[in-house]
Amino acid sequence: MNDVLLKIDGISKEFSTVPVLKHIDLEVIRGEVLGIVGENGAGKSTLMKIVSGIYTPTTGRLVFEGKPVEIREPLDAMQVGISLIPQEFNLVNDLAVYENVFLGRELRLRSGLLDKKRMMERTRTLLEELEVDIKPDERIERLSTAQKQMVEISKAVSMDAKLLIMDEPTTVLTQYEIDILYRLMRRLKSQGVTIIYISHKLKEVKAICDRVMVLRDGEVICLEPTGALSEVEIAQRMVGRELSQVFPPKGVPGDERVLEVRNLTVPGVLEDINLDIKRGEILGLAGLVGAGRTEVAEAIMGVRPHTTGEILLNGKKLDIRSPQDAVESGINYLSEDRQGSGILTGFSVTNNISLVSLKRYCRYFVNLIKNGDEKAAAEAHRDRFNIKTQSLDTRLEFLSGGNQQKVSLAKSIDPDPVVLLADEPTRGVDVSAKQEIYRFIKSLSDKGLSCLFISSEQEEIVGMCHRVIVMKEGRIMGSLSGDEINEAEIMFLATGVRETNGAPAPVH
Amino acid sequence: MNSALSGSLRKFEYEKYASLIALVALFAIASILSPYFLQLQNVLNILRQVSYTGIIALGMTFVIISGGIDLSVGSVAAFVGAVCILTLNALLPMVGNEFLAVSLAILAGLAIASLCGALNGILITRGKIAPFIVTLGTMAIFRSLALFIGNAGEVRSNSNIYGNFGMNSVAMVPVPVFVMLILAALLAVTLNQTRYGRYLCAVGSNVRVATFSAINVDRIKFLAYTLTGFVVGVSAILLSSRFNAVSTSNMGMAFELDAIAAVIIGGTPMTGGRGTVWGTIIGAIILGIINNMLNMLGVSPYLQGTVKGLVIIGAVYIQRQRA
Repeated sequence: MNDVLLKIDGISKEFSTVPVLKHIDLEVIRGEVLGIVGENGAGKSTLMKIVSGIYTPTTGRLVFEGKPVEIREPLDAMQVGISLIPQEFNLVNDLAVYENVFLGRELRLRSGLLDKKRMMERTRTLLEELEVDIKPDERIERLSTAQKQMVEISKAVSMDAKLLIMDEPTTVLTQYEIDILYRLMRRLKSQGVTIIYISHKLKEVKAICDRVMVLRDGEVICLEPTGALSEVEIAQRMVGRELSQVFPPKGVPGDERVLEVRNLTVPGVLEDINLDIKRGEILGLAGLVGAGRTEVAEAIMGVRPHTTGEILLNGKKLDIRSPQDAVESGINYLSEDRQGSGILTGFSVTNNISLVSLKRYCRYFVNLIKNGDEKAAAEAHRDRFNIKTQSLDTRLEFLSGGNQQKVSLAKSIDPDPVVLLADEPTRGVDVSAKQEIYRFIKSLSDKGLSCLFISSEQEEIVGMCHRVIVMKEGRIMGSLSGDEINEAEIMFLATGVRETNGAPAPVH
Repeated sequence: MNSALSGSLRKFEYEKYASLIALVALFAIASILSPYFLQLQNVLNILRQVSYTGIIALGMTFVIISGGIDLSVGSVAAFVGAVCILTLNALLPMVGNEFLAVSLAILAGLAIASLCGALNGILITRGKIAPFIVTLGTMAIFRSLALFIGNAGEVRSNSNIYGNFGMNSVAMVPVPVFVMLILAALLAVTLNQTRYGRYLCAVGSNVRVATFSAINVDRIKFLAYTLTGFVVGVSAILLSSRFNAVSTSNMGMAFELDAIAAVIIGGTPMTGGRGTVWGTIIGAIILGIINNMLNMLGVSPYLQGTVKGLVIIGAVYIQRQRA
């Protein structure tokens, strides 16, 4: 008989009468790593938010270690031993690592003052046990995304969590960091911690999970040992149909150079970046997290102060001092940080899509908005990108992550840019939405759009790009083209094992 | 009307509705408590009383939507009122035509007021100083300048025309109320139907997203403060016309609080990003009715601040519940 840690018993959840979860039954076995996969909006996150007390279920109950439990708020979950590591971290940037680990349950001296020494010591031991190389008194804002996640995990472990829920933990990590995370997960597992692992990436689920559950439209489609299903089989159960090839065939780029970047330098961040993109070309920009890829895009867009170097568009030198200048020249940016700098969650779908290009929907000198035109454009994008939303007037906070990403993409191409800087265009997006996004970018490039394709997923860099530039520590380590483009070569350059050249990417 | 906006407005509409319900309820209670309340003259008086801070609150709505605040409005009102009358008195002997002199003085007042707002805007955007700090500073500066040019006393105008127009009515409606409604209509369209209004909300929701969306954030904010300066000028001229004089030590005292209160009661959140112009008007009228009611019921004027304070806190509490 298996030792059931958590029993989910007929859980349903409705949001204003829209069913999101339909009578979910699930037994989580002590000490296992259970993968939960499903498309955006399948109900994965909702289910986990119920388990961790962020939402309360409409019907059903939870049984933890044989006893029915009422989890009404996150504190209840914490007390029974359930810890959620959310997609967006819950760390206070201004505080040190140890202060975050003990946030809300600080150790005190007898005098009532904080016992900083003991908290620091305990954090140090904890981090050492987990083999995480972070100083306990480092401020959170100085940590990389991966390190922040390690801190989140340490925090959960320090609370003696019996069940650890990880909601898409690898979306912000590079392969190298993912490997560290796996080691950490295996160690936790050997210590008897049960882990629920939510992910879009089937390769990861195959690699780390003992069992996998597929959710679709709020229902359990299957629950099997991971070994019993292939990646393709899992993917098919997720989407409920046969999957064709993931990446569209690569197009043939033109000869004329559209964007040329010469000696782009931001002191302390970027050093002598040279690259060019031809008409209809998709140029990959690869590297580990922190290699400076996003910074290249930001420097081109004019948001990085003290940027030096030249940017040429169709041979003409540009003077870009702000995103306005860039957008007016025809260069647009799709941000990696969707909620931080990409979309406005309080704005409707329509108003987000038209935000950059609003000028074209206005008339008279007072810039009166032509609602009809604006709406028509939004409708066109909704159909083209297959954006799932109740209406175009729905605020973006009510859309799933994948649909938000599609809106973000629609927003950045609505002004009809010549160059698109696409930074992690498929972050936090499920398999079929990913496929759709690949096809959009490909069809745009067929129409002549030049695209800088920044990604941490080497698979999509390999699958999408005509040429690839690899960065490390703010410098270009080398470039690859044609058959040279494969995951191993990218990794060699990204980790500094090999360096082809620091010179500009070869032009064919 | 604006079908494309209605989605993001649905919540506003609800909030607008809520303050409207509060207004109607208050109206009913007041008319039961006092038979005089519903008399036309009383209602017009209330409207006239709220119009001066109501006009200022319109600008404040824009500033708060942008994520900022303007504490200097009361001081700017006193300063502009004094400057306007002093200019008028200086012009009268020089320009033969009294009407022309009054017109020029009003234009000068509006220009100075806009400049005061623009100064706030420049310090906030170019100087990158928090709006609270900047306007706290300019609040002290303009009050002191007003006191200085008026010798801390009353500045009287030498023109009869000036003291007249502010007391007139257009089809029974007092001029200041008329002006407030026209400005509200213009600004409501600006907020809901123009590029500037959309950008203002974007800037208030998330500055980073706005910057990356090719919006000139500094310009949007600058214009919001300049607009506020302008409407403060309008209010200052109407108010100084009412008495044909400006008391440099008293005029505009606590106007910033009444204006902010009207905005908040009207349903615009302090956090910015969205807001409602008509809600602000309703908020201002609610404050006016409460004052009027308390006066009629003979409540001590010293206690009226307590009631006002409770209403403000209550309004924000209700908004928080709904969020």
